[in-house]
This record gives sequence, C-alpha cells and structure tokens, in this order.
Amino acid sequence: MGEAIVITSGKGGVGKTTTTANLGAGLAKDGHKVALIDADIGLRNLDVVMGLENRIVYDLVDVVEGFAKLKHALIKDKRFENLYLLPAAQTRDKTAVSPEQMRDLVEQMKEEFDFVLIDSPAGIEQGFKNAVAGADKALVVATPEVSSVRDADRIIGLLEAQEKHKPFLIINRIRADMVKKGDMMDIDDMIEILAIELLGVVPEDEAIVVSTNRGEPAVLNSQSRAGEAYRNIVRRLQGENVPMMKLEDESGFFGRLRKLMGFKG
Amino acid sequence: MFDLFAKVFGRDDASKEVAKERLRLVLVHDRASLSPQAMENLKNDLLKVISEYMDIDDQGFRVDFSRHDDAMALVANIPIRSVKRQSLSK
Repeated sequence: MGEAIVITSGKGGVGKTTTTANLGAGLAKDGHKVALIDADIGLRNLDVVMGLENRIVYDLVDVVEGFAKLKHALIKDKRFENLYLLPAAQTRDKTAVSPEQMRDLVEQMKEEFDFVLIDSPAGIEQGFKNAVAGADKALVVATPEVSSVRDADRIIGLLEAQEKHKPFLIINRIRADMVKKGDMMDIDDMIEILAIELLGVVPEDEAIVVSTNRGEPAVLNSQSRAGEAYRNIVRRLQGENVPMMKLEDESGFFGRLRKLMGFKG
Repeated sequence: MFDLFAKVFGRDDASKEVAKERLRLVLVHDRASLSPQAMENLKNDLLKVISEYMDIDDQGFRVDFSRHDDAMALVANIPIRSVKRQSLSK
C-alpha cells in the first residue's frame, strides 16, 4: 500500500507544480513506482512541466466518470518507466469531480503505486478540497513573501482542522543574498511564523526556468542547486535524515568564485 | 547569525522586519477567523449591550485584536458620553 502526498500552497505561482514534478521524478529515479495526479482541473500544467503534453489521450475526469480506464489514462514518463502522470481535464472545471470520487481514485492508485503525488490547484475552494481528500500527507509550498506566507498559514489552518494531515513546509525560491541583507525572511522566520515542521528549502535557481522550458525536471540535473535541494527532500520522504542544505550567497565576488570553482557548502 | 549581521551593519530598516511585523498582525486577524463582516457584527452587538448602561460615542468606538507576545487580546476602546443614572428601585 503506497502513500498519497498532496502538494498545496493556497497562493498561486509559488511552485506547487514544479515541486510535484521534481519530487515525482526524484522518487522514480530512486526506484519507486510513482504516479502524479494533476488535480488542477481546467488549468492543467503538470503535463508541460513534465514534457508529456503530447501524449495525453484521457484525463482525470474521464477516469472518474468511467469513460476511460485508469490504466489507459495514465501516461508513462519518457525517462522513467516507473513514473506515470494522470493529467487534469482542460475543458472542464473543478466541480466535475467530488472529494469522495478523488478519495476512491487515490485509494485505488495507492494499491499499485509506492507514491501518489497530487498537485493541488491554488485557492481554498473545491479544487483544493478535491486534492486533499485522498491524501495521507500534505506538503505546503511557500515562498518568503508576505502574501505567500499568509496564504500558507490559511491552508495549514484548514489542513489541521481536518485532523487528518500533518502538514510539512517546503520553503521555495529563497535567495541567500537577500536574506543576508535582511531584505528577505529567512528559514527561521518562516518556521516561527507558520509553526510547522520543515521538510526542505529550495533556493531560487535559474535552472528551474530552463528545465521547465525543456520539460525536464531539475532534480535530474546534477549541476542545479534547486535540483540538489529537491533530491534532499526526496531522500527525506523516504525516511532518511538529511541535514538542511546551507544557503549559499553566489552574488558577491567570492560567491561567484566559489561557484566557478565548483565548491559546494 | 543574519540578524546579527543586519544589526552590526545598522540595518534596522531591513525590510524583512517590516514583513514579519505586518504578517504577525494580519495573521492574528486571519487565525481568529473573523471576517471584516463578523468583526462589524461583534462591534454592533457590543454597542447594543453597552448602550443599555451608558451613552457611548459610537463614532470613536473601536474593537481590535491585539497581540502581546504569544497571547492575543480583544481590545475595545469605548469613549463614554455620559453614564445613565442608576434607578434606585430595582
């Protein structure tokens, strides 16, 4: 019996889909059988981030409505034969699926997969409720910005009210140079405010834009700092105790020199 | 460590401190899960009850959440115009 993990945030644009794609690819690389569900019905994107947009035949709504079988809707990844994507429907809306239907679907998928990762839509309405319905664990993605932390706090409140999920925090797009200047909240600030357990910290990294352009998750890029951070989170999801990566300032002269010489903190 | 750095170099104006303070205040409201509408209703109800005992200035009447370290308080500022005479007979 596998584990279902929902990736959520409240606010849009903080990196839910990127996180889902990277954790999924990372877990698959480590040999687990993984399925990704894009629960953002009407605004699907996990397919393009994974580079699988040309292979979609059936989607989540087709499966829930019994129009297609699950095994026919699941798209096999290009890189890993143990990684699958269940895409969202693009021409329907969130009300096409109910939380009960999602719970049944995730339950069914947990029998076949080690990990089922669910990419939640932004917001706190039905799409969010659908996404969390079948999950055993919730990862809350937040960037060090006032609006993102505020929305994360709201989501954590909703998750804790269900008394089913113990939410974990992923801090995304943190910039060491700005933290150092006191112009960005640091890790401790965010943990203090949100008061939940930290699962990982992902630095801002241009490689994410490049990897999204190409549809290849950064977790597979050994040169990427964000990729390294995702690999650490993947190991923590497997129960390993991995120390938090040191935030490195690569902006100054010595930082650039360190980067050039390939030193890692 | 970074806090120390900011202090040593005299960055009292570090914008993250502003962000944290603003977040603290906004989260107190959010977590109390009172919408602006609910807050308004609370104010009106308080006004109604207190008006039975004294004449209050409803323009200057303010109700707000206030945060003291980890504790939260509901603070009402109620300017009194006049107190009604208590009737002696019950």
